[in-house]
Amino acid sequence: MDTDTINAIVLFSNFILVPGMTYGAQLALGALGITLVFGVLRFANFAHGDMMAFGTMIVVMITWWFQSLGITIAPLPTALLALPLAIVISMSVTLLNDRMIFRYYRKKRSSPSTFVIASTGVMFVFNGIVRFIIGPDDQRFTDGERFIIKAREFKKMTGLDEGLSIKVSQGLTIVIAIILVAALFWFLQRTRTGKAMRAFSDNEDLALLSGIDPERVVAITWIITAALATIAGTLYGLDKSFKPFTYFQLLLPMFASAIVGGIGNPVGAIVGGFVIAFSEVIITYAYKKFLIYAVPPGWAPDGLMQLLSTDYKFAVSFMILVLVLLIRPTGIFKGKVI
Amino acid sequence: MISVEDVSLHFGGIKAVDGTSFTIKQGSVTGLIGPNGAGKTTLFNVIAGVYAPTSGHIILNGEDVTGLKPHELFDKGLLRTFQIAHEFSSLTVRENLMMVPANQAGESLMSAWFRRDAVAAQDAAIRDKAAEVMDFLKLSHLANEQARNLSGGQKKLLELGRTMMVDAKVVLLDEVGAGVNRTLLKEIGDTILRLRDERGYTFCMIEHDMDFISRLCDPVIVMAEGRVLTQGTPDEVKANEDVIEAYLGTGLKNKLAAEPA
Repeated sequence: MDTDTINAIVLFSNFILVPGMTYGAQLALGALGITLVFGVLRFANFAHGDMMAFGTMIVVMITWWFQSLGITIAPLPTALLALPLAIVISMSVTLLNDRMIFRYYRKKRSSPSTFVIASTGVMFVFNGIVRFIIGPDDQRFTDGERFIIKAREFKKMTGLDEGLSIKVSQGLTIVIAIILVAALFWFLQRTRTGKAMRAFSDNEDLALLSGIDPERVVAITWIITAALATIAGTLYGLDKSFKPFTYFQLLLPMFASAIVGGIGNPVGAIVGGFVIAFSEVIITYAYKKFLIYAVPPGWAPDGLMQLLSTDYKFAVSFMILVLVLLIRPTGIFKGKVI
Repeated sequence: MISVEDVSLHFGGIKAVDGTSFTIKQGSVTGLIGPNGAGKTTLFNVIAGVYAPTSGHIILNGEDVTGLKPHELFDKGLLRTFQIAHEFSSLTVRENLMMVPANQAGESLMSAWFRRDAVAAQDAAIRDKAAEVMDFLKLSHLANEQARNLSGGQKKLLELGRTMMVDAKVVLLDEVGAGVNRTLLKEIGDTILRLRDERGYTFCMIEHDMDFISRLCDPVIVMAEGRVLTQGTPDEVKANEDVIEAYLGTGLKNKLAAEPA
């Protein structure tokens, strides 16, 4: 392999593979929460993005508090230390929210569309609470080491022209996502509660007539969802920054991920997350430099070779969503359609 | 065993069940028949706790269980099956059966993670029970098959299996014979009788197939327009003028009488 090809591969990894994997893992964790709620409670939870924002806000505040006390776990970000406590808080808030709002509609046996509208209301409330407490601006809460490999060091190490940088937040995202997904699947496949959740998702009527306590299944679903949302939100925040509005915007790609993979199907949510993330990254990346390395000299393009401006990145998930709904409404892995 | 006391259920102006009373005796297979719209399924849903009655009471073993939720009735040993067989389609036959018993240790998040031994012991006991049930129903060879791949009749057997997992006292069968072929229907009928004779079950079933009813049920309760029309042995009911009238209307009554049964 000549140097140009290696440079092209490094460039590709640096700008597409690593960011795509990271973003995909974040979307997958978010979509898992949406899919679990859809599978068990049978409604599209529009509040999920703002529940993520809420959980992350708690993490940010606890992180600041720890930092002010001088408690850090360098080289890892302090936010990791704040996570467990924040998860417990957002679990309680989510359960309280279910008890105060969604349980009422369950008792009334309301239609899924009523639930969706209620969840939109919850979304606005969470949205308001977050902005009220922490404000609408960008918040920085990362600390510790920033990079696993810096581009400059990589260049020095390999003598290549192109550098590969991997941020701590990116490495963390992927490692944590793998651990979480493994734990979640073990839980769903192996434990009695996990099986009860799957059973409840398969056939609610029958579950009600079995030894399955519906309120407990619902509560555990919310607990898991809150944990997933808080962790996904924190990882996203560490990777980019924490701004409440971004989390609301994440709702579209997260829903797209869940639907593309087949809503109600956890494997689908993960695959969907990566499909959406890579589509977004691949379509909005400017290939000029990549092509300079990849094509014979003299063929190098003059333009940016970018298919779509990053400003339009949300259009990508929207387009994929529309295509999937037109061609295969059940998603890649057969999800359920009410 | 179960007394239905003057139960009514009105949906708006429609009286789906209108002052119905009857009793289901311990160890009987009570048939509930009647023309479409007679209120059988609605009454079933009231007994099973899906709907609370507008008025009246359901007494189970001397205890008033009116308005209890299905899973609360489940705890008291009253189970039902569905007209269209319900199963947890993505779980295996064994998992379907193992899902039934309530309050398993593995259900609590804490013990699932921290009391593995206790959970495993209970799990093993329930697994043995499931194996015994599958043996009884001759479903053992399908233990690891996903329930969605079973035939209609096998799903009905699986539903009976669910009731056996908790040693139900009373089982409500909603058209257990619907959409099942003759051979399997016979097997289901045999299973029902075996459950009654060997395990002391009490059954109440909605059914349309007269042969099936004649073979299994005694007594048969006939409903029409939300009320109990009559009850008796299958033969008595078949000979009852009111029943024929309710099913076919007055005009056709004489015509039917002329035909051999």
